[in-house]
Amino acid sequence: MEFEKPLPLQSPAAIPFWKGLQKEIVLLQQCDDCSHWVFYPRNHCPRNLGNSLTWREVSGEGFLYSYTVARQPTAPHFADEVPQLLAIVELKEGVRMTSTIVGVNPNDLTVGMPLVPYFDHVTDDVTLLRFTARTSKSP
Amino acid sequence: MGLKGNAAIVGYTEWPHVRRYTDEKRFTIEQWAELTKLALDDAELSIDRVNGIVCSEIREADMFTPATIVEYLGRPVNFAERVDLGGANPVGMIWRAAAAIELGIADVVVCATPGRPIPSNPNRGPVDPRRYFQSSSHKWGSPQAEFEIPFGNLAQNCGYAMIAQRYAAEFGYQPEALAKLVVHQRESAALNPLAAFYQKPVTVDDVLSSRMIADPLRMLEIVMPVAGGGAVVVANKEIADQCPHSPAWITGFGEHLTMKTPTFAQDLCRSPVGPASEKAFEMAGISRKDIDACEIYDCYTITVLLTIEDAGFCNKGEGMQFIQEHDLGFDGGFPVNTHGGQLGMGQAGAAGGMTQVIEGARQIMGRADNRQIRSCQNVYVSGTGGIMSEQAALILQGN
Repeated sequence: MEFEKPLPLQSPAAIPFWKGLQKEIVLLQQCDDCSHWVFYPRNHCPRNLGNSLTWREVSGEGFLYSYTVARQPTAPHFADEVPQLLAIVELKEGVRMTSTIVGVNPNDLTVGMPLVPYFDHVTDDVTLLRFTARTSKSP
Repeated sequence: MGLKGNAAIVGYTEWPHVRRYTDEKRFTIEQWAELTKLALDDAELSIDRVNGIVCSEIREADMFTPATIVEYLGRPVNFAERVDLGGANPVGMIWRAAAAIELGIADVVVCATPGRPIPSNPNRGPVDPRRYFQSSSHKWGSPQAEFEIPFGNLAQNCGYAMIAQRYAAEFGYQPEALAKLVVHQRESAALNPLAAFYQKPVTVDDVLSSRMIADPLRMLEIVMPVAGGGAVVVANKEIADQCPHSPAWITGFGEHLTMKTPTFAQDLCRSPVGPASEKAFEMAGISRKDIDACEIYDCYTITVLLTIEDAGFCNKGEGMQFIQEHDLGFDGGFPVNTHGGQLGMGQAGAAGGMTQVIEGARQIMGRADNRQIRSCQNVYVSGTGGIMSEQAALILQGN
């Protein structure tokens, strides 16, 4: 049986986010009324349900909030990625997102490690925001 | 505010939990009917006393679930509810039944959780590969479909593993403590003929040397899927007082939901069972030290650890030490999952959490045979759905 990897079903509210990733920039929404940063993209601020959200370009840098190393595939579609380095990444703005870590040995993963974006152009239409370790060339 | 304790569990039934089910397969609605009959027999009540049901999902219908069941049972009801809280369903079902009874809209409510395989469909078409995404929603507009599934953040294992990993970073981690928890529960399961792991205890070494599935969770810390099922009859005070078994009064509950995906938890190490339990204890008017047994939803070891802490049985970050210092057996100082839990029973879908409810009632009724707690008056039961995203707590009390 063939297992094509699932691609994101891009929703209308998130189109700027996905378009940004194609150009290798990270766009996040911020609430005009309460300054709350929002992820995932949507039409309502989850603090006040207002709908004045403005897209802003951010660095995409953050840290590893938590992770796991999946030793068996989470679905057959991901069998080629085992061990899967699944991560919850917290960006500097405070939002968290699900991603995977690339280019890091599983044994070197630590909660709190600094991360930078890795733009994975999986198809012509879809770029996934993965993360990798920030290299030692310090700020 | 809350329940006055005028509704009680008066009977129950529980099918043996087995790894391989070899008897005749029946549809979920048929299993519902069988479980209902057995549970009513246990309470010595006839079906015509029933005027309420609480269910969860069934395999034969995506909607109109309660009506489909009521029609099959042939019994009109005043109260029919479908609960959608995953593993927290059984606890959610029981308090809804109690609430309906206290409101006076029903007298006898059946809550059933069938968990056996159904007959295979001879006309089944090709398998949709998305069914391997498990319970996740891959529908258009689903945040999961857009932001989780493409990364492979699917299996429950990984969500719980990420909670455990975060916990380790914040509070430290003692794999031996969680292994000890498994050992205690498997000791209880070894005494329970309904458990998949009946007469199959394990050692700390067995747990620590079992296969790593998703760091830091090992295979013996994760529930095994089995076939099984259970049902509970909840009745009003007048009826409860006439039933043959000593009633398990439902005196407190709480429920709390925070998110769908742990990525969006405000604090991954503080679970919704905290506020749910606080409400349950407040409603029942008893404290943690009054509890004789904890029947804690245990899809994973980490779930039990967080529940012990967040429900207030010890301080945050001290759960590992607490487990190391306490005997969690039925005859120990802090009995936990005296039936073996789901780690010992196996998890039969929605029936998994029902094992905790039933064991709570069983202990209060004094029907736990070789694992009976000497004096069991107050039981704490928890239910966990999703990835510690929707949780509920229940207090059961004896006469």
